[in-house]
Amino acid sequence: MAVVDWVYDGLLALLVLGLAAGALYSLSLYRAVVFYIALGLVLALVWARLGAPDLALAEAAIGAGLTGVLLLSALKHQPNKARLMGWPWLPGLTGIAILLLLIMMVKAVWGLPQGMAAVGQAALLAVPESGVEHPVTAVLLNFRAWDTLLEVLVVLLALLALRQLTLPDETFPDAWPLLLAWSRLLAPLSLLLGIYLLWRGADAPGGAFQSGALIAAGLLMLRLVGLSPALPWSRFGVRLSILIGPTIFLLAAMATASLGAGWLAFPPDWSKALILLIEVAATTSIAISLALLVGSDSRELNQ
Amino acid sequence: MIEFTAILAWPFLLAGAFFFIAGTLGVLRFPDIYSRLHAVTKADTLGLGLTVIGLGLLSGSLRTTLLMILVWLLVMASGATACQLLARYERERPQVEDENGGR
Repeated sequence: MAVVDWVYDGLLALLVLGLAAGALYSLSLYRAVVFYIALGLVLALVWARLGAPDLALAEAAIGAGLTGVLLLSALKHQPNKARLMGWPWLPGLTGIAILLLLIMMVKAVWGLPQGMAAVGQAALLAVPESGVEHPVTAVLLNFRAWDTLLEVLVVLLALLALRQLTLPDETFPDAWPLLLAWSRLLAPLSLLLGIYLLWRGADAPGGAFQSGALIAAGLLMLRLVGLSPALPWSRFGVRLSILIGPTIFLLAAMATASLGAGWLAFPPDWSKALILLIEVAATTSIAISLALLVGSDSRELNQ
Repeated sequence: MIEFTAILAWPFLLAGAFFFIAGTLGVLRFPDIYSRLHAVTKADTLGLGLTVIGLGLLSGSLRTTLLMILVWLLVMASGATACQLLARYERERPQVEDENGGR
């Protein structure tokens, strides 16, 4: 069986490199985007093979799905058929840079001790006290909650940056009946799956970002086929749902800093409730923010 | 009993792989977009169904099998929908040679 595994992993690795090259060096931008989406899906497979289903889910939902939609809609806004600039010395230069990076990475990885590092063992031992059973969620929402807080803020910053832009007016053609019927079926399904992933994050792969991305995908689908209008920024509820995740996260951080053991050090009795609250709030914010990042109403933005 | 189902699973898995390869060859080799769509949606759906049956027999767990069948139903529905949409897009598109020489 080991040989089969080697062949499979080798093919996956070659496929990743080939798709990445296709995404970088395709002369047609549309093709490059399609290559990039395929690259995201194969990367998700790679994460799954490495035993990291959390990352696989995030890569498939955000890396391939939402980024793909983002790139395709950016492509639609290109004024004319854009072509990549053909600098003759570019491939050689990139090659040298990649080679240097590869040497540095190999050197860094070579020195790592085999097996699990001490910090990983310590983290696994502490999982029962974290309030959740799934080690990845324990790390993301408890031991390294600071990182996750910053990630939630990055999404907020991206949305605020988008609000500063003006976009060309866009109109969507009327969707065909089949697409409408399919979207009516798929959008509730993605909401259901999103909530399921959020709930499952306590003891299995899942969590706020994957769940938020799925819900955003459902909202976007309804928006793109014209079944629902773009989420209006002017509505208080929309702005509230964008801010509720970072706000609750920051409040929890400040409360633990002033009343408890320290910045984002959750007391064990409270940690499950706190983590659940933060996850639900963060999922709401991520879902609405991602949906607005890709499917904002250009007329509203330009006002 | 477990061994019996494991032996029973392999023909399904091999047939699934066969239909996947046939579908892929069809996408690569068929001359126009309609027959390529036909190949990729029909053959791959059948291949995935057979693979799901095989894997379900191998797993020996009813829950896992039902979950995989749900995935199969979703892929089947999305494949059929995407096929119809792409075919209609192709039919209603103004028929001009595009930049890739009409492919």
